[in-house]
Amino acid sequence: MTQLPPIELKETEKKSHLPMPVFIVAGLILLGFLGFLFMGLERSQQGSIKVGEEIPPIQLVTFAGESIDTSAEKGKVILINFWSSWCKPCESEADSLQEAWEYYEPSNQVLFLGVDYVDTEPEAKASLAKFGISYPNGPDLGTKISQLFRIRGVPETFVVDRDGKLAYIKIGPFNSTAEIKAIIDPLLGQN
Amino acid sequence: MKNSIVLTAVLFSLLFSGAMGGLVFAQDTVPVTEDEVNEVARGLYCPVCENIPLDVCPTQACSQWRDLIREKLEAGWTKEQIKEYFATQYGDRVLPEPPKRGINWLVYILPPAMILGGAVLLFWIVKGIQSPKKALGSNKAEFDGSSSGDEYLARIEEELKNRKG
Repeated sequence: MTQLPPIELKETEKKSHLPMPVFIVAGLILLGFLGFLFMGLERSQQGSIKVGEEIPPIQLVTFAGESIDTSAEKGKVILINFWSSWCKPCESEADSLQEAWEYYEPSNQVLFLGVDYVDTEPEAKASLAKFGISYPNGPDLGTKISQLFRIRGVPETFVVDRDGKLAYIKIGPFNSTAEIKAIIDPLLGQN
Repeated sequence: MKNSIVLTAVLFSLLFSGAMGGLVFAQDTVPVTEDEVNEVARGLYCPVCENIPLDVCPTQACSQWRDLIREKLEAGWTKEQIKEYFATQYGDRVLPEPPKRGINWLVYILPPAMILGGAVLLFWIVKGIQSPKKALGSNKAEFDGSSSGDEYLARIEEELKNRKG
């Protein structure tokens, strides 16, 4: 039997493949999209900031026009209270917070910051006047501070120790001045 | 008589100028209707209760924001200025769509890019399916004997004849 020469495939018979650059671009787009989705999911599933975590510096411009930067207040215990004029539970803790502030203010070892969450300025100012709040209070512009603390609602209070680490989280309103003191006093005795 | 005419004229002009003056003062705040407030509120979302436009949101907070919109409109602010103010105060989430800046561009670029990529992929797959058929079609024509000068086919036919014989 005669040995036949091998058959060479013609161009039309070759299987067509996607060019490599198309694969790379498609892969990158897909990865980018998945990464974007993942970031969003992770962000939404993150809970509140954790106790023990270092708090990044926050800047607050008060309703009185004073600029406060927490990085310049290192060594102090800082209480950050998120509130709003439309929030009824916030009203119930207002007196306790003010009373605690009046107690700690002379020592200059504690700083209270009121962060007014998604509120209108006239109503916020009226609320501050109504409860005689004298510690620094300012709007959370662009909700940047509340996003940093990943708050879920108001009122929420975060207490930062002298080293700038989160020491306590209070979800909901304080029930009494004694409750606030019970959190701050041990932190003042740290050093 | 002449004096009374002059007096009347003076009184008239005073009254007229007073009325005009009153009109000028009235222009300090532009009267704003509920519809105008709602038109702006419709393009903004409640920052507290998600996915609810401000015009239909029943909460006290939203009512305060509608009042704020009214104040701004009365002060002569435009719809765009109010939207910008709300975004600065309460974040981009109050806007119906993310502003075209920074990472937000991904929202606008990725979906069309993926559709385009999908279309290219589909085109190549369809092309890949059609190509073998074409190839098969051209080979069939050759087997039919249309390419009589094909030495290879001639040899196969010869081999087959020999086997039959």
